[in-house]
Amino acid sequence: MTDISFVRSEMTGASPAPNPTSGPLVWVRKNLFATPSDTLLTLLGLAFLAWIVPPLYGFLIGRAVPPGGTVEQCRVENVGACWAYIASELDFFVYGFYPAAEYWRVNIVFAMLALLIIPLAMPKAPYKRLNAILFIIAFPIASVILLSGGVFGLRYVPTEQWGGLMVTLIISVVGICLSLPLGIVLALGRQSSMPIIKSICVAFIELIRAVPLITILFMASIMLPLFMPAGVTVDKFLRALVGVTLFSSAYMAEVVRGGMQAIGRGQYEAAAALGLSYWKRMGFIILPQALKHVIPGIVNSFIALFKDTSLVYIVGMKDLLEAVKTKNDAIEWASPTQAITGYIFAAAVFWMFCFSMSRYSQFMERRLNTGHKR
Amino acid sequence: MQIKFLAIAAAAALTFGATAAHADTLADVKAKGYVQCGVTGGVAGFSAPDANNEWAGLEVDFCKAVAAAIFNDATKVRYTPLTSQERFTALSAGEIDILSRTTTWTMSRDTQLGIKFIGTMYYDGQGFMVRKADGIKSALDLSGAAICIESGTTTELNAADYFATNKLEFNTVVFVDQDEVVKAYEDGRCDVYTTDASALAAERSKFAVPDDHIILPEIISKEPLGPVVRQGDDTWFNINRWTYFALLQAEELGVTQANVDEMLGSDNPEIKRLLGVEGDFGTPLGLTKDWAYQIVKLVGNYGESFNRNVGPDTPIGLARGLNALWKDGGLQYAAPIR
Repeated sequence: MTDISFVRSEMTGASPAPNPTSGPLVWVRKNLFATPSDTLLTLLGLAFLAWIVPPLYGFLIGRAVPPGGTVEQCRVENVGACWAYIASELDFFVYGFYPAAEYWRVNIVFAMLALLIIPLAMPKAPYKRLNAILFIIAFPIASVILLSGGVFGLRYVPTEQWGGLMVTLIISVVGICLSLPLGIVLALGRQSSMPIIKSICVAFIELIRAVPLITILFMASIMLPLFMPAGVTVDKFLRALVGVTLFSSAYMAEVVRGGMQAIGRGQYEAAAALGLSYWKRMGFIILPQALKHVIPGIVNSFIALFKDTSLVYIVGMKDLLEAVKTKNDAIEWASPTQAITGYIFAAAVFWMFCFSMSRYSQFMERRLNTGHKR
Repeated sequence: MQIKFLAIAAAAALTFGATAAHADTLADVKAKGYVQCGVTGGVAGFSAPDANNEWAGLEVDFCKAVAAAIFNDATKVRYTPLTSQERFTALSAGEIDILSRTTTWTMSRDTQLGIKFIGTMYYDGQGFMVRKADGIKSALDLSGAAICIESGTTTELNAADYFATNKLEFNTVVFVDQDEVVKAYEDGRCDVYTTDASALAAERSKFAVPDDHIILPEIISKEPLGPVVRQGDDTWFNINRWTYFALLQAEELGVTQANVDEMLGSDNPEIKRLLGVEGDFGTPLGLTKDWAYQIVKLVGNYGESFNRNVGPDTPIGLARGLNALWKDGGLQYAAPIR
């Protein structure tokens, strides 16, 4: 018998390591250089960045005058953004003509808004009902008292002294909070089988949607006073507020109606077969499903409303953008990049608010996704 | 322009009903305790928020002067920023008592809109700005030069008229927005920038080196800017007009904010009448005897207001020019108080 052994006498050589499936290099290869066309696009993208970033950096940071600088520093050839101008005029951009001694009143309103809206927006936070009641009933009353004053020893501040970010936020928060319920009511009215209610809702929606917002504000500011009895005037701020809210509720109604049409006939019929009343059918069966479908549309309207608030300059209100435009002519900060810096600042603030709204809506969509998503 | 036209037409058509009702503005103003003054959204030197975010400017001072005359308190004014489209409607609808918003006095406005011009707070006119390095000394040298201009404005028409009249070659670069026009001029896309001379001066102060640019001496249009009130209330009109005259008269007599108290003891009969030491010119207007004293004490005279807001020592740096008193070769002339 020969010595036959089934036991290996020497070790096999190491096989080559498998291709790595993770790590930065793999990611780069897979996502940026997978094919020749990908490689080309990546290189083009890099070239674009190399072209755009250094001048942007130079303008926004490198050659810019930081807050605390002087107007003389801003007033040189080839200067970057004049952040000193923004820092120095920040009060005007936030409060407008609001008397400086009374800024604390606005600050309290801002703080209340943040303290009430953040827990309301967080699904896990407790006391939702109390929170909602505070936000919908107590907060508006407290805000009006604080902002306009005239009672409890607070100095009266007329609305023409309101301005800046404060006005932008007030109009958009009020517009958002009122236009959703109004829009739902209008959408229900439009679907109603009662002819008078239906025609009123249809007429209102179609009339408002057929007219640009700027026209509505223009009517409110120029034509309305002519129709009123002599000497009677409605506060301009209130006019703008009503105009923006009505405008946005008409759009909201159509968004909600779209959601309701996406609900199958069977849901309506099943709800009716259970013997539920109209309001219960709508409130418990139809609307919860319909609204969930149209979250992107609703938030779209909110964002549009937020940006549309800058049109209130038509009625002479100074919202954030108009406050910036006013100070862009301020002679004590007259410098070559004054206006550009102002506009960049306004754009950044608007972007911050709109982007947060959009992220929050995506979060809500994911949270409310119960398997209907197609 | 269309919007503006519509607004004017609407205002003209509907003011008739509105004007008759506001017969006693002075009583209304006294009752509510302040003067409501329509101003611009922000034109540096004329009406704009100052460093403390309070309204300031030559035209704001006029409203303060009226408040001083009525209430002995120049702070009893509330301001309504107005766009140029809504200004006349706001006035006829009674939302404001005085419109003091860089408004050019023209015949159609004065006769068709149910409004009355008080006088001319500032004689403006269209001018040209060029780079000093180009060596241009007069608007007559501008033949063929590229001119940055805002489209659809009277500025464009005035310039076209001027160039045609003087047989110069007219070569424009047109933009829709004032900021764009300035940027284009600054970037060297054109040789000349034209708009109202006061605005030219304000824009010039924004350049990196303002002294590299000069404003040519020619003024090619008449833009008398003044405060406006509603037609049909002669008492209110008189108060405003004589407030304006008092501002001028005080400067002419050398009465300033600083020396007005000494001037009470002056022997000059004109000063005595102005300050209410001799005769009573306030009561017939529905004011107090010392109405003009209060104006000068609280606001200053016309020259002081001019120098404080737009004068040579401010960043805007406008010379008095046409706005000097008549005895200094300008056009500001007040009827005598007697």
